[in-house]
Amino acid sequence: MSVIKLKKGFDINLVGEADSSVAPQRLSKTFALKPTDFIGMYRPKVVVKEGDTVKAGTPLFYDKKLEEVMYVAPVSGEIVKIKRGEKRKLLEIVILADSTMEYVPYNKYTVSELSSLQRDDILPVLLKSGIWPQILQRPYGIVADPKVQPKAIFISSFDSHPLAPDYNFIFKGQEQYFQVGINLLKKIANCPIHLGVSANVEVSKVFSPKNVEITKFSGKHPAGNVGVQIHHIAPINKGDVVWTLNPYGIIQIGKLFMEGKYDASKLVAIVGAEVSKPQYHYTYLGSCVDKFIEENLKNDHVRCVSGNALTGERIEKNGYLGFYDHLLTVLPEGDRPRFFLTDGWFAPIANRLSFHRALGLLSFLNPSKAYNLDTSMNGEERAFVMTGAFEEVTPMDILPLYLVKAILAHDYDEMEALGIYEVIEEDVALCEFIAVSKQPIQQIIRDGINLMREG
Amino acid sequence: MKFLHDILEKQKPMFEKGGKLEKFYYLFEAGETFLFTPATTTPTKGAQVRDAIDLKRMMFTVVIAMVPCLLFGMWNVGHQHYLAFGKDADFVGEFLFGLQHVLPIILVAYTAGGLVEVVFAIFRKHPINEGYLVTGLLIPLVCPVTIPLWQVAIASIFAVIIGKEVFGGTGMNVLNVALTARAFLYFNYPLQISGEIWTANATGNIIAKGTQGLVDGYSGATALAVAAQTKAGETVVGNLAKASEWNPGLYDFTNLAIGMIPGSIGETSLVMALIGAFVLVATGVASWQIIASAFGGAYFMGLLLNMIGGNPYLELPAHYHLVIGGLAFGAVFMATDPVSASHTATGKWIYGFFIGFLTVLIRVINPAFPEGIMLAILLMNVFAPLIDYYVIQANKNRRLKRATV
Repeated sequence: MSVIKLKKGFDINLVGEADSSVAPQRLSKTFALKPTDFIGMYRPKVVVKEGDTVKAGTPLFYDKKLEEVMYVAPVSGEIVKIKRGEKRKLLEIVILADSTMEYVPYNKYTVSELSSLQRDDILPVLLKSGIWPQILQRPYGIVADPKVQPKAIFISSFDSHPLAPDYNFIFKGQEQYFQVGINLLKKIANCPIHLGVSANVEVSKVFSPKNVEITKFSGKHPAGNVGVQIHHIAPINKGDVVWTLNPYGIIQIGKLFMEGKYDASKLVAIVGAEVSKPQYHYTYLGSCVDKFIEENLKNDHVRCVSGNALTGERIEKNGYLGFYDHLLTVLPEGDRPRFFLTDGWFAPIANRLSFHRALGLLSFLNPSKAYNLDTSMNGEERAFVMTGAFEEVTPMDILPLYLVKAILAHDYDEMEALGIYEVIEEDVALCEFIAVSKQPIQQIIRDGINLMREG
Repeated sequence: MKFLHDILEKQKPMFEKGGKLEKFYYLFEAGETFLFTPATTTPTKGAQVRDAIDLKRMMFTVVIAMVPCLLFGMWNVGHQHYLAFGKDADFVGEFLFGLQHVLPIILVAYTAGGLVEVVFAIFRKHPINEGYLVTGLLIPLVCPVTIPLWQVAIASIFAVIIGKEVFGGTGMNVLNVALTARAFLYFNYPLQISGEIWTANATGNIIAKGTQGLVDGYSGATALAVAAQTKAGETVVGNLAKASEWNPGLYDFTNLAIGMIPGSIGETSLVMALIGAFVLVATGVASWQIIASAFGGAYFMGLLLNMIGGNPYLELPAHYHLVIGGLAFGAVFMATDPVSASHTATGKWIYGFFIGFLTVLIRVINPAFPEGIMLAILLMNVFAPLIDYYVIQANKNRRLKRATV
């Protein structure tokens, strides 16, 4: 097994890491699916109405450009709200959950039956089941098109983002499902499957399956990003399509075929400096976060983030966790001005993290300290001045600054030549964090990807 | 400090869209953000927390790095003055003389250039960038103390407009702004910026021919000028000693390195420039690759010329090239300007090397230009995008090659 050592990167240690324990179960009453979580979606077509009752696995909507892929209810219950925004943009489909879960039934298979399944037995079920959107395709990081065969499939078995959940913990004991999921994926895609594992911790049972090629990665964040791993295992060239999945999706595939149901249950980590008791909670995909933070916050003036502090999305205190998220991060809001002499740009700062060492930034003296960072921008947006820093936190043979500039200039050839196919937002999130000029790097990368897609 | 912020916030509507002073919004913004980092929080999507750095702190770091050069330069202005007139003065007296004559130049440079920044910010509707905090101090440091203030004003204005704003403002300029100002002065007012003009008389002006009270045998020539005038059969080092007979030891190697010699205000001292370099490199604000390769390039060229030989200047020991003239100051503070330098890591090595290399080449080969660092940096500023182009091309080719294998 090969080990790839990544020298570049930056770890953001935050206060409020989840304790390796599961809180007593307190399910929220409502769950939601948000079409906005599926970045590449063209236009969602809703197939339910308010007042309808659904089972776990009942289709809620589909994309008009990818009609065979269903997006389904994570729980059974009643559709209580279809929330739309400006121009009737579909924002949320909210389900009031039943007290006992009912599932859309699927065939159950024994282990020996599974091995005789063919691609045509598996694919239609996956598309209909609601699991398919777990399969993302690169380039672009969008829901995979089932008509395009991938060159390879990549799975990262660890998350190196700030306060990320421990995959060895949340997927513990699921090795059988994981193996079946891998086997079935192999049948429909018929290509190598690569599993990236962390070299820093012992590999758990779940992530030692057969039928995959395992590569170990050591180094700071973003070593756990699947995009970085792809770059080092088998980089994406023009014309290539690869698939990426979170281990959660693979386990769901296993459960679908072994137990005959779309199982959207998951463990999520509730973390951050403002959480009284940061630990794991048992719930279902798309859960409302109200129960997680009820009597569990130290302070009211906080921001709830679905996902991690680097790539996540702000949600309301009664908002819903994103489709791909296993994490709720609660951060203090940073909406207060900072006087330049006391805690602004002139003052020595020891309690806020910086990648840089410019005068007065003292965090480099204490690299392993956990910081309590708020949501302040810590400065104003300015022109690009600093050079050479983005490369330091991007462990890929890519020049992020030039890629960003090519995107801003709408230069398609340059974007392609500089590697737009190899990155999505999360791969450049550290650049956005460290940017002296406070530019929205992740958004710029997505804009570039959209330009390429529109061609 | 909340009361101060409240006062500012009260004025804000006046400057916002629809307000009476809407036009001056970015002037207000500059003032307000100087005092208070705004309460702005991160957007809904993306990095929810941000690094503690901002551009103000980065630029401020550069200003701090220049302070040793500035303070030493002020003292040296006084020191050179009292040396020339053979008068005794204590350290404080020398420093105060320098302060008195340097401060106006700094104020004029900041005001004139800053005004242009503000006018452009108002009309082009963009924030006022902090870069001028550095530029406005660099310009005085590369001028002789005797420079007329009106020339400083014109040069600063020219540099900001032609060097920066016409390209779109901060971050877009091709040439180093401060060196653009100096080049403007050099080619337009050569009488005030070349020759024996470096030492101030009692009123801070050039010591005119026939001035009374000078030390016997006084010469105001810089080490570079002396070196360039060395005739065949002599050695530069010997000639330097001869030129400083009125003040023995003036052009000793250690004296040159410490910088107690005539020259532009802030650029005489290798030692102070190296202290600045230490600050810039330790804080990661400037690229150590550029600084190291610029010194390396100059030393390499010095050695190369030694090997060729043929005239005294070519045979000047290579290490002298590192201490005479403004090489150190230019390499540390001008070459490392991140906007006008190469942006790629490999490019920075090449860019720095050629700055040192060309500086010495221009010094030794071209009699019209006693100092080469200014032109070398400006020339390499122009070539930096080309160097980057090839470095980027190599990156693209690796990607392309991968695809075709």
